[in-house]
Amino acid sequence: MNHIKNIVVNILYLIQGMYVTILNFFRKKLTEQYPENRGKVFPYSRFRGTLVMFHNWKNQHRCTACGICQLNCPNGTIKIITKNELSEITGSCKRVLDKYIYDVGSCTFCSICTTNCPQNAITWETGFEHAIFNRSRLYKKLNKENSSLIKNGKI
Amino acid sequence: MFHFSIVLNCVDKFLHVYFTDSCVLFIDFFLVGIFILVFYAVLALVLIYLERKICAFFQCRLGPMRVGPFGIFQPVADMIKILLKEVIKINGVDVFLFRLAIYLVIIASMCTFGAIPFDRGLHVIDFNMGVFYFLSISSIGVVGILLAGWASNNKYTIIGAMRSGAQLISYELSCGLSLMIIVILSGSLKLSVIVEQQFYVWNIFRGGIPTIIAFIVYLISGHAETNRGPFDLPEAESELTAGYHTEYSGIQFGFFYLAEYLNMFIVAAIASTLFLGGWMPLHIIGWDLFNEIMDHIPPIIWLFSKIFVCIFLALWVRWTMPRLRIDQLLKLEWKILMPISLVNILFMFFWMMYL
Ligand code: SF4
Ligand code: SF4
Repeated sequence: MNHIKNIVVNILYLIQGMYVTILNFFRKKLTEQYPENRGKVFPYSRFRGTLVMFHNWKNQHRCTACGICQLNCPNGTIKIITKNELSEITGSCKRVLDKYIYDVGSCTFCSICTTNCPQNAITWETGFEHAIFNRSRLYKKLNKENSSLIKNGKI
Repeated sequence: MFHFSIVLNCVDKFLHVYFTDSCVLFIDFFLVGIFILVFYAVLALVLIYLERKICAFFQCRLGPMRVGPFGIFQPVADMIKILLKEVIKINGVDVFLFRLAIYLVIIASMCTFGAIPFDRGLHVIDFNMGVFYFLSISSIGVVGILLAGWASNNKYTIIGAMRSGAQLISYELSCGLSLMIIVILSGSLKLSVIVEQQFYVWNIFRGGIPTIIAFIVYLISGHAETNRGPFDLPEAESELTAGYHTEYSGIQFGFFYLAEYLNMFIVAAIASTLFLGGWMPLHIIGWDLFNEIMDHIPPIIWLFSKIFVCIFLALWVRWTMPRLRIDQLLKLEWKILMPISLVNILFMFFWMMYL
C-alpha cells in the first residue's frame, strides 16, 4: 500500500514541477540582443559600469583630495595627484585635487571607493563598453580640465 | 483518398521500361537508401534546432539567434564544423571495434527509421510483424554503445557503457510490454493495419484505461531508452565527462549525436503511430463534415504534429527533473514500471473480454 502511495505522491510532484517549468516556458525571455538594442540594454540604475566623478554646471566637483578612496581600494586602482593652491581669502596654501587617475584595467568594480568617500564625489554610471585598442587609454582622468572644488558644499 | 503506393508504382513501372528486373530492384534499393539518408540528415538538423530553441525557452533564454533569421542555419553551421574536424587517433583502442560501434548505433536507428509509416503507403517496408521488428532492431543499438565504451580503453567510457547497457536492457522490457497492449487491442503486428484500425478512434481512447497507462509507461521507458533527460546517466557530464562517447571526435562523435537525436524522433514516432493514430487524421463518429475537413490536412502533417507533441513532452520532462541515480533508475524500472505493465496486460485482457 505504501508503495502505491509513494508512486501517486511522486506523480503529483512531477506534475507540480512540470507546471513550474511550463510557466517559465511562456515567460518573457531575459536574453539581451546586445548590438541591436544598444541603447536600451542594462537599464538598471544600480549597475556598476563606469566610475565617474560628479561635476556640476560650473565645472565643480566635490572631491577634497582626502585620499580615502585611494587607501581603501584593494587593487591600487586609484591614484590621486594633488597640487597646492593659494587661497584668495586667507592667503594661505591649500591642497587641492590636480588629477584623479583611475585604471579601468585593474578595477574589480567592488564599489569600496564609492561607499567610503565622505563627500560622495564619485559614483557609478551604467555605460559598460570599455573595450579600446590601446592599453594606456585604460588610465582615465576622472576630474575635468580646470575643474575646482564646490564652494560651501553646495551643488 | 490519395495513396502513396500509386506514385511508387509509377516510378517502378517507369524503371521497368528501361532496365531489367534485377537492375530495377537494385535501383529501387539505391533510391530508397538515398531518400532515407537525406531525410535522416535533414530531420536531424531540424530536431537539433528545435531542441536548442525549446531548451532555451525553458531556461528563459532565446537560444540561437545569430546565424540566419532566428538562427535557423545554426545546425547547418554546426554540421559543417563537425564535418571539418579532425578524427583523432587514440592509442590503445581496439580500432576495429571502435569504428564498428558507431555503425552499429547508426544502423540500428536508421533501420528503425525505415519502418515508420509516414503516410498511406509511404514506408520503406511494411512487415507483417512491424512492432516486433521495431523492438528487436532498436535493441541492436545497445551493442554499439557497449562496444563503444569497451573499445575506447578508458574507465569513464566503460562505466558509461555499463550503465547504458543496464538501463537500455531493463527499460526495453516495459517498453515492449506496453506495446503488447496495442498488439492485444488491434490483434495485429502489422503497422499499416494498426494505423488503419484507428480511423475513427485512436488507440489510446479505443482501449480505455489500460492503453492510457500503457501510453504513459511507454513514454517514460521510451524516453529512458534514448539516454536523455533525467535518464542521461550513461553520459552524465559531471561524473563521466561524456560517457561512452568520450574518446570519439569529429564525424565519429557526430554519428552518435545524430543517432541520439533520431532515437528521440523514433520513440516519438512509434508512440504516435501505435497510440495516437499515426498519420490518420482526427475523426469523430457522426461528424461527417468535420471528418471531411480534417482529411484535407495532409497525413504527414498530422504525423509530424503528433510526433512534435511527444518530443515536446520529453523535453518538458527533461528540463523539469534532475538526473536520477543509477539505483533509483533501476528501481523505477524493476519495481514500478515492470509490475505496472505486467498487471496492465492482465487488465487489458479482462477489458477486452468483458467490456
Ligand atoms: S571599485 Fe573597488 S577596485 Fe575599483 S576603484 Fe573602487 S575600490 Fe578600487
Ligand atoms: S573621491 Fe572621495 S574619498 Fe576619494 S579623494 Fe575625493 S573626496 Fe576623498
